[in-house]
Amino acid sequence: MKYLDEFQDPALARRLLDDIDATVTRPWAMMEVCGGQTHSIIRHGLDQLLPDGIELIHGPGCPVCVTPLELIDKALEIASRPGVIFCSFGDMLRVPGSDRDLFRVKSEGGDVRVVYSPLDALDLARRNPDRQVVFFGIGFETTAPPNAMTVYQARRLGITNFSLLVSHVRVPPAIEAIMTSPSCRVQAFLAAGHVCTVMGVGEYPALAQRFGVPIVVTGFEPLDILEGIRRTVHQLEEGRHEVDNAYRRAVTDDGNPVAIRMLEDVFEVVDRTWRGIGMIPQSGWRLSERYREYDAEERFHVGDIHTAESSVCRSGEVLQGLIKPHECAAFGKECTPRNPLGATMVSSEGACAAYYLYRRMQPPAPRIADAGSREVSSVG
Amino acid sequence: MCLAVPGKVLEITERDGTRMAHVDFGGVTKEVCLEYVPDLQVGEYTIVHVGFALQRLDEQSARETLELFRQMGDLDAEFGDQWGRAAEQSGLPLPNGVPGGLS
Repeated sequence: MKYLDEFQDPALARRLLDDIDATVTRPWAMMEVCGGQTHSIIRHGLDQLLPDGIELIHGPGCPVCVTPLELIDKALEIASRPGVIFCSFGDMLRVPGSDRDLFRVKSEGGDVRVVYSPLDALDLARRNPDRQVVFFGIGFETTAPPNAMTVYQARRLGITNFSLLVSHVRVPPAIEAIMTSPSCRVQAFLAAGHVCTVMGVGEYPALAQRFGVPIVVTGFEPLDILEGIRRTVHQLEEGRHEVDNAYRRAVTDDGNPVAIRMLEDVFEVVDRTWRGIGMIPQSGWRLSERYREYDAEERFHVGDIHTAESSVCRSGEVLQGLIKPHECAAFGKECTPRNPLGATMVSSEGACAAYYLYRRMQPPAPRIADAGSREVSSVG
Repeated sequence: MCLAVPGKVLEITERDGTRMAHVDFGGVTKEVCLEYVPDLQVGEYTIVHVGFALQRLDEQSARETLELFRQMGDLDAEFGDQWGRAAEQSGLPLPNGVPGGLS
């Protein structure tokens, strides 16, 4: 496909890698924020092509993964109700709640539907005026504008049987949380390209300055990612920490001002809990006062939710970049895409799913030599 | 989720007062909302996410980026470390007294 294939050219990738090779003099650890980038990196084996010592720490940018368990349980409760059509992106179907998932709710008779776009859910509401249509609005700054526009359209068209279950999150507060964590090893960020397509780069200079980290806006194709890494390495080696845009074909400095205005109208910034990480101040959005009547949490008075998280799943540490997926004891054993213990094993942006799909890494053995199963091996 | 793909605008339409378009993604056509990039024209490329155009794809920038990648290494071949490259190719250590080197 045009503007995708050209950015996967192996010969050009070699040139970028050669430049990285020639530039690096010591180890560096950088975090790619977005789970889409994580998948591209693991799928194409980019991390294995980099010089020794260049580590990619996988970030928390998987919206499905960080949606709090309590909200998943609320979704499952609402989706089970008669008279409700519950719409979601397909990624959400198998995300484990406390005791089941949306897929199970559907099998048990709930009307759960997968849509490509939130506008499809709005269409369903219009065609089913006697039903309540709920859309599970998750996602980062990339997905928030489509959902905002859908609520705006619902109000404009007088469609009242539509509501949004909101779990939107924002990248800059997450970067701040990562950098202020005592266990932080991150020395630079590859910023999520499509988040910046919407928001521009204006939120990042203050972060780069405050934490002394280069922040390079990076795309998703192999060449985009290698170029993001290349520019980051140059900055690190030269002792600079600036905001740079390596994804100019899709990102302008100001982002999309029309979308930003819509976000500011439809949503308001709130504190949000991230699954596996905890509460991050000012890190999410909810519907603003003007649109509150479209909030599914307000419309459906979901009773007390008692959540129960898996006791063995270490997805929180994976999401914070503290461990790699295969370092979790459950990885590939109790926890597989068929039977996921955590959302990171489900989502097309989850790091555990990427490792399982493309690399099938075995869990590392204990540090004491244990003949036969000592090596972390790659068979994928 | 943050997957957004480039597509080419085939036809611009209107639905319920909303600017929409048929957009081609390498053979697959989808209906896409243009409200966030209202001045998009037929024939232009756009970055699409969950049925919404989020930005015009800057074709000139795409070409320039690729051209930059193509040129990368050319300057190095011209002005770079010739002794180092020859040593690497041959698998031999650098001769004494030559400048540079890869190590």
